[in-house]
Amino acid sequence: MFNATLKQLSALLAQKKLSSVELTQSCLDRVGRLNPGFNAFLTIDAERSLAQARAADAQIAAGKAQPLTGIPVAHKDIFCAKGWRTSCGSKMLANFVSPYDAHVVEQLNAAGAVMLGKTNMDEFAMGSSSETGFWGPVKNPWDRTRVAGGSSGGSAAAVAARMAPAAIGTDTGGSIRQPAALCGICGIKPTYGLVSRYGMGAFASSLDQGGPMAKSAEDLALMLNVMAGFDVRDSTSLERPAEDYTRALEAPAADRAKPLAGLRIGVPKEYFGGGLASDVAAAVEAALAQFEKLGAQRVTISLPNAGLSVPAYYVIAPAEASSNLSRFDGVRYGYRAPEYGDLADMYAKSRAQGFGAEVKRRILIGTYVLSHGYYDAYYLKAQKIRRLIAQDFAAAYQQCDLIMGPTSPSVAFALGAKATDPVQMYLIDIYTVAANLAGLPAMSIPCGFGEGGMPIGLQIAGNYFAEAQMLAAAHQYQLATDWHLRQPVGVE
Amino acid sequence: MSLSLPEVKRVAWLARIEITDAEAEAAQGQLNGIFKLIEQMQSVDTEGVAPMAHAQDVAQRLREDRVAEADQHALYQSIAPQVEDGLYLVPKVIE
Repeated sequence: MFNATLKQLSALLAQKKLSSVELTQSCLDRVGRLNPGFNAFLTIDAERSLAQARAADAQIAAGKAQPLTGIPVAHKDIFCAKGWRTSCGSKMLANFVSPYDAHVVEQLNAAGAVMLGKTNMDEFAMGSSSETGFWGPVKNPWDRTRVAGGSSGGSAAAVAARMAPAAIGTDTGGSIRQPAALCGICGIKPTYGLVSRYGMGAFASSLDQGGPMAKSAEDLALMLNVMAGFDVRDSTSLERPAEDYTRALEAPAADRAKPLAGLRIGVPKEYFGGGLASDVAAAVEAALAQFEKLGAQRVTISLPNAGLSVPAYYVIAPAEASSNLSRFDGVRYGYRAPEYGDLADMYAKSRAQGFGAEVKRRILIGTYVLSHGYYDAYYLKAQKIRRLIAQDFAAAYQQCDLIMGPTSPSVAFALGAKATDPVQMYLIDIYTVAANLAGLPAMSIPCGFGEGGMPIGLQIAGNYFAEAQMLAAAHQYQLATDWHLRQPVGVE
Repeated sequence: MSLSLPEVKRVAWLARIEITDAEAEAAQGQLNGIFKLIEQMQSVDTEGVAPMAHAQDVAQRLREDRVAEADQHALYQSIAPQVEDGLYLVPKVIE
């Protein structure tokens, strides 16, 4: 049951071979048993989850089931859910019980999904290892001495350890894709504007995007069908007709042995230079060869400004973060210092005590680059480079349909290995941040194992709104391979 | 470029984050390492490139001018650090 896909679980529920209450209770039991070893979940509320499961069973009995009805889903602790503590991994919000639901949470509730609990993360999603959160690091289910990736590391570990059939995360610079890669699961960051940001803790608003994390591309498609959609409360939510992201999964191919015939896969030469670990390079090469075997054509492309994406990102994201996080002042909600003098002192002490080191670092970077005299040299310059990066992709998609390469330059590293060196930590995002800067969709799927038997992720990126095409290509790869079915040894 | 210690403290003040001397010194080293990475941006000529503020080139939507929110101040204030008579309490700012 814990290895079943969403479609299989849905079928078991529909055939009454399994009830949502049984499924939810089994997941809760497994979380209770395994979570102390991984620190993937921050909050569990069995009563609430089981109440939702009972309601789902009633829907199923009434013949009103939708594809996700009765299926437990783990939520990154950045999505506001009414009555649930929503901490964003921060001491600042350690006691914040949300008075409302995020749009994504409303959508999942309306679809009959069961909220299994809230997952651990880097504080305010700022990090690439899920070590910066107030509640301690997430441990990788494949090796507990290593990081799970971040910032959606709790969601990735929850799915990898088979504690949750699926999870939701957010991706500002790779925070869905990189932990998915490091934990051996799948995750997709949709086109910017597809999933509403309403009720999602804001980090960098022009980059933040929610998305699903699951065991297979097919599961991601089912989740995205529910998560995507117009929402008037997010001013950047896109008004466009609803799509069925599963529609291309089973498209009949003219040549069954070559289902991807005609697909042009761009491989950026800049993504295979120095800094890429040899085990990751080898696994990605093997995956590309598999795609060619399935009929796809490989095209070498160039993204000339790829190397500037990390520098530009670490100006733009902190700038937006410094503005977004100014709302945490100890007045309306969140942490307030126990002792203070005047109002300014109350702000300064509450923020100094409520935020962790990495969040403070980014607020300082952002405040500096936006301050008088530095705006042009940093923020404006970064925005111009952002344009160049978007133009690189526009040119590349004249030559190819999808772009593939590594998700992360190495497999999961040891806990603490990069925690004291921000620059080394930021450079991990080298292959993922460009998609956020351009607003393009990108996903990661497992494609092999490397050093220490750790999973490796293949990044599949597409043009705006190419999610169905990306998911279909990933699905064909997963029909021909079994990397996505592997699970951590000894996690029973 | 590199940030001096007084600059680090000034930025922390602008961000309303209390910082001790020891914290400022530690932050100085780390921030300067990060700015060295960021400086790579200066290697590319961006003359004539229009800045890109946003991924989607769409106009801001306008909404109908009507009441859409119910009064939930009691619920919202139930999670506030300090309230009295429906008001948020802060230290006195006017003598």
